[in-house]
Amino acid sequence: MSEGTEPGHHARRTPGKLSPEEVVHVAALARLALTDAEVELFTAQLRTVLDHAADVAALDLSHLAPTAHPLPVANALRPDEPRPSLDREEVLAAAPSVEDNRFRVPRIGAPAP
Amino acid sequence: MTWEMVIGLEVHCELASATKLFCGCRNAFGDEPNTNICPICLGLPGSLPVLNAQAVELAMRIGTALHCEIRPSSFARKNYFYPDQAKDYQISQYDEPLNAGGWLELPDGFRVGVTRAHMEEDTGKLTHVGEGGRINSAHHALVDYNRSGVPLVEIVSEPDMRSSAQARDYAAELRGILMATGASDGRMEEGSMRVDANVSLRPAGTTAFGTRCEIKNLNSLRSLGRAIEYEAARQMALLESGERVDQETRHWDEAAGRTEPMRSKEEANDYRYFPEPDLVPLVPDAAWQERVRAAMGPMPADRRAALSALFGDTALGAQADQIRAVVDLGLDTMVEQAVGAGVPAALALARAANELAAEGDRGRALPIGSFVTLVEMEAKGELSATQAKAVLRAAVADVERDPRQLAREMGFEALGADTLATAVADVIAAHPDEWARYMSGEDKLAGYFINEVMTATANKANGKEVAAELRRLRD
Repeated sequence: MSEGTEPGHHARRTPGKLSPEEVVHVAALARLALTDAEVELFTAQLRTVLDHAADVAALDLSHLAPTAHPLPVANALRPDEPRPSLDREEVLAAAPSVEDNRFRVPRIGAPAP
Repeated sequence: MTWEMVIGLEVHCELASATKLFCGCRNAFGDEPNTNICPICLGLPGSLPVLNAQAVELAMRIGTALHCEIRPSSFARKNYFYPDQAKDYQISQYDEPLNAGGWLELPDGFRVGVTRAHMEEDTGKLTHVGEGGRINSAHHALVDYNRSGVPLVEIVSEPDMRSSAQARDYAAELRGILMATGASDGRMEEGSMRVDANVSLRPAGTTAFGTRCEIKNLNSLRSLGRAIEYEAARQMALLESGERVDQETRHWDEAAGRTEPMRSKEEANDYRYFPEPDLVPLVPDAAWQERVRAAMGPMPADRRAALSALFGDTALGAQADQIRAVVDLGLDTMVEQAVGAGVPAALALARAANELAAEGDRGRALPIGSFVTLVEMEAKGELSATQAKAVLRAAVADVERDPRQLAREMGFEALGADTLATAVADVIAAHPDEWARYMSGEDKLAGYFINEVMTATANKANGKEVAAELRRLRD
């Protein structure tokens, strides 16, 4: 998949203004069905988290380089050498549904179960 | 109103590494389904990705060949629910790509900007079952994860192209570069190189971009050209009738010859990118970049220049096309070696660009020595053009065989000068009237005599030598 948002298109949202509609949207993206009570509960909780992020964002950090990773390590690499793969029968035996040695899944675009 | 096409291409290139991007499973096309899978490429809990050094090296070669800046980079998770990735996200490079800000020069000298060339993992292969295999109407789908995690480089061009021909030239030149770097086998039909085209129109002479559509499923250069032409015509019809173009992703239907809207995979294109916590940054230092640069062979443009140099300044028109074809097919070394052995450049080039190229992969497998021997025999007149082509076909069919021996077995033993002169004399003696007319200036009868001599010698004579002998006798 390559279509969709390219870097730089992410709008910064205003901290502290998280709406219940946004919580419902994010929940839908994560395939979570929330009750109205849960939407209310999580909206409040997520606002607290975002408020904390806003506190950090308010600091003047222009003199610091962004941290990509907490470890001061780069270039963790492995040689391009094949290693044994898993046994197919064993893997497929763990799948809910199998056909023709492949994982069988619902039709693409079908409503989430 | 006159409209101008604006085209940008996104090319996904599968890297020719032995293993996948983040695990040691084999990177192979066409294996039995789900035989190259492990906890990492299946996204099983607790598994951790480790970056493949060779994939990075190949990605850096691509960036170098495209004149990109190679930069400190990092990986991110692109989250989406779609069964082509078992872990519900794809590891890609997002705001910090490995290669950025380069360009590619087309054979005519036009430069297309390259925005970025970043690393990411490929997805598994889905097969839609039922209702003709269409995604929207299928009953269910089957997944093979062999391709999941195969290393990709996605090369994003600037929207610099203005015609379908230019887009085809770009894709063809890029394919040549990817093959020359050793990064890819360039097989579009196997999905090693996949092209998506962004197409929009704007009134000629204006600078603002129109609304674009992205076209997917372009499996050949021909499809790319046809799809762009179709899409531009579709958009023009909309704009001319006062309607607007909707920004959307469209699927090219090769059989029907048209683009159709794809149903959105994800309701919102909100991939919630965030830094991949299981991978540390990738920061190639200057020494590594220099090692990569030093290990790279000549690019197609350099190789075309080297072949052209064999012709002095006279490689124009058809010869320039032949040079391009020979370099695209990787047959240029054969031509150079033949010329080094004293064969006229035009002859070596023609045999490589026409007869050898027509043999496809089998032509590439012909030993260089066999090719050189063959065109040498033709250059010396030991074989006629027709005979040389026949022996070339036989040599390609059985690359173990020596072309000289094949020529003998095919009865193409060169006629000695004496035998040839005798054959010509016999034919003249048998056709005195025609000979008298030829002697009195009817030059077109030369063809008649050549045919007669060829028949008399069972095609063993060289037509050019017969013609020379006729002229010698006349003058």
